[in-house]
Amino acid sequence: MNMDLRADLLALLPELTLTAGALVVLLAGVGGGGRRHGGLAVTALASVGLTAIALKIAVDVSEAGRLFFSGMFVLDPFAVFFKVLFLLTAALAPLLSRDYLERHDYRPGEYHSLVLFATVGMMVMASGTNLASIYVGLELMALSTYVLAGYFRREVKSHEAASKYFVLGALSSGVLVYGLSLLFGELGSLDLAAMAAALGGAERTPTLLTGMALLACGFLFKVAAVPFHMWTPDVYEGAPTPITAFLSVGPKAAAFAIFLRVFLGGLEGLTPYWVWLVGGSAALTMIWGNLAALTQDNVKRMLAYSSIAHAGYALLGLLAGSELGVQSVLFYMLVYLVSNLGAFGFVILLESRGYAGETVADYAGLARRQPLAAFGMLVFLLSLGGIPPTAGFMGKLYVFAAAVNAGFVWLVVVAVVMSAVSLYYYLRIAMQMYLREGQEGEGAEVLAAPWTARAIGVCGVFVGIIGVYPAPFAAAARTTAALIGVTLP
Amino acid sequence: MAEYIPILVFTAVAFSFPIITILISKAIRAGRFDPVKAEPYECGIVPASEAFDTRFSIRYYLIAVLFVVFDVETVFLYPWAVMFKKLELFGFIEMLVFLGILVAAYIYAWRRGALKWV
Amino acid sequence: MLDWLVAHVVPIVFYTAAVLVVAGAIGVIWFRNPIHAALSLLATFLAVAGLFVLQHAEFIAAVQIVVYAGGVMVLFLFVMMLVNVRTLPREYQYVRSLLPAAVVTGGFLAAVVAAGLFARSYLAAADPAALTAVEGQTMGNTEAVGWVLYRDFLLPFEVVSLVLLVAMLGAIVMGRKDRREEDAGEEAR
Repeated sequence: MNMDLRADLLALLPELTLTAGALVVLLAGVGGGGRRHGGLAVTALASVGLTAIALKIAVDVSEAGRLFFSGMFVLDPFAVFFKVLFLLTAALAPLLSRDYLERHDYRPGEYHSLVLFATVGMMVMASGTNLASIYVGLELMALSTYVLAGYFRREVKSHEAASKYFVLGALSSGVLVYGLSLLFGELGSLDLAAMAAALGGAERTPTLLTGMALLACGFLFKVAAVPFHMWTPDVYEGAPTPITAFLSVGPKAAAFAIFLRVFLGGLEGLTPYWVWLVGGSAALTMIWGNLAALTQDNVKRMLAYSSIAHAGYALLGLLAGSELGVQSVLFYMLVYLVSNLGAFGFVILLESRGYAGETVADYAGLARRQPLAAFGMLVFLLSLGGIPPTAGFMGKLYVFAAAVNAGFVWLVVVAVVMSAVSLYYYLRIAMQMYLREGQEGEGAEVLAAPWTARAIGVCGVFVGIIGVYPAPFAAAARTTAALIGVTLP
Repeated sequence: MAEYIPILVFTAVAFSFPIITILISKAIRAGRFDPVKAEPYECGIVPASEAFDTRFSIRYYLIAVLFVVFDVETVFLYPWAVMFKKLELFGFIEMLVFLGILVAAYIYAWRRGALKWV
Repeated sequence: MLDWLVAHVVPIVFYTAAVLVVAGAIGVIWFRNPIHAALSLLATFLAVAGLFVLQHAEFIAAVQIVVYAGGVMVLFLFVMMLVNVRTLPREYQYVRSLLPAAVVTGGFLAAVVAAGLFARSYLAAADPAALTAVEGQTMGNTEAVGWVLYRDFLLPFEVVSLVLLVAMLGAIVMGRKDRREEDAGEEAR
């Protein structure tokens, strides 16, 4: 028992470190009027850095493929890959937020600690091999993000975002748990490996299939796939912009992590049943996300629909199901993360209308006034659109290839057509920046926000490197996905 | 299921007690109406305002939510307490960690002034 | 008579509780007086506790009463009783999204009912001896829960403390004015 516990705690070291960091930020943020923006952001960053070191130690020390905490927790390469993604997000979030929080004058202590708590939840999700640990991780992440969406309590829109997100999120959690309880009733276990084993001989009863369908609905809500996407535009528009950036990558990637592990690990035996459900949702998501984005004038809303569409592309990798499919989702999440955070970084940097949000027309003539900013934004938009020299192209290529390999040609046709459609709204911003003349003294200007600029720089470097030289990143995803077959229950 | 018969009887008595009390007092009392009697707490706090006419402070909810959080925390103490001896030192430390995190939350709430009614 | 009652106590309690659950749930949205709605919610909570007892989940039944019938009801009634509550005015409005909402909810309900109809009988499967026998020892339900919760479910249990912390933190962030905002308010006065 003692030796076990020691190994368990070592495997959990990253989460423990980050929790400690979050508590320090929380308690340090209360005193002194609660306005030490720089210090608290640095503390948050430092705890993410320490967590990264702890993750390295945990991986080195822990036995590969072993289950910890009575089969609740695993530290396989799949989990580690996602944890690295989460830590990257958690490191960029304080950078993106620091200047923004000071400009709008909100307390940084609770804010940064909530981001870190959400990250702890996501890390628990990525490592969860039992639906109980996955669910509590999910709730930790969800509760933290509800509060973050409503953090700007003097803004009506932020309140709207928080209440919609909370009510719909709670409903989706209820649906998810109901699905879990039906699956538990039929299969007799919450452990993914035991569920997969029980599924081998289990009759495909309506109860079992209903449980699976409800679970899929819960997960589709969390990744914001059509028809469970209705909350996304309002929440993304109303939440503080750095939180929108965080929501669109971190929790989405975490939801994909559990989606992959539960549906390809625990419920793989039910693939013939969920494949049309998820496939239909993927097609609808790509079509509706892109078409709705066309008509948006508000930049945040447009990026919200764009993030819905990207979830649709990533679902293709899940459908493909093979090693290649899993690998493509992992790679896609990395690419999408840096591209989207970069684009949102510029939205933060160019904020000119206060909390109301900028319209596409506000970027008119930006290339003349701020050539560097306009070029940077262009790179991220091209990457989101999937234009060849950028990372986004490689990401889409992998996903589409995996889906074609698995025989989902019709879905790939939809995806390619909708990608072409998506270029219209991404390039609409580019056109405003480069081809339109801005009104004198109006439109977006780059604000003095050195921290945000640094975060954008990091994203830009990633987008550039992955686009030109994707081999090492793809290799990392490949080794991860290769091992998933061994360690996934 | 037979061991639940006493509980069923107990429940039946518990439910019938207030019903019978109300019926008896209704039968023997003098029925004079008074606006004060119609208030939620006849001899207690004067109602702050009419619902649906005015907005009332979110602080009511804040206190209630804090109550529920600690209520849920208490629930976890029951099964721990009955198994305390069998769980040995391990269980003790485990509960200390659980409570330690909630104490951190409590310290935060206190220092943030959430327990004050301003 | 008594023999018959004892022999059929399970179906009697089950159907009484089931009817109470559904009737209470309907009452919540039916009554226009919020106090009555809250009290029918209480009926639902208590009846659900009865169903848990029927499944030999005594601890969960107790939790249901302590947390829901106790804590959550306090949350509702606390607010309602501090203000005078009148009956909600009758309002009719046509919401455009009502039809899709009704379709989705109806579909969900149909799925759930179908799942219930085709479900194996868990009532028969719930063997109290199997539920409370842990490592060869027979113990009460609460002990069995404690044994599993604090050993196998150690990790989720500790994460729950973080969830509770965040819930509290969230309530304070959303419900409490910043000191600076309070200062500004006082200067304005």
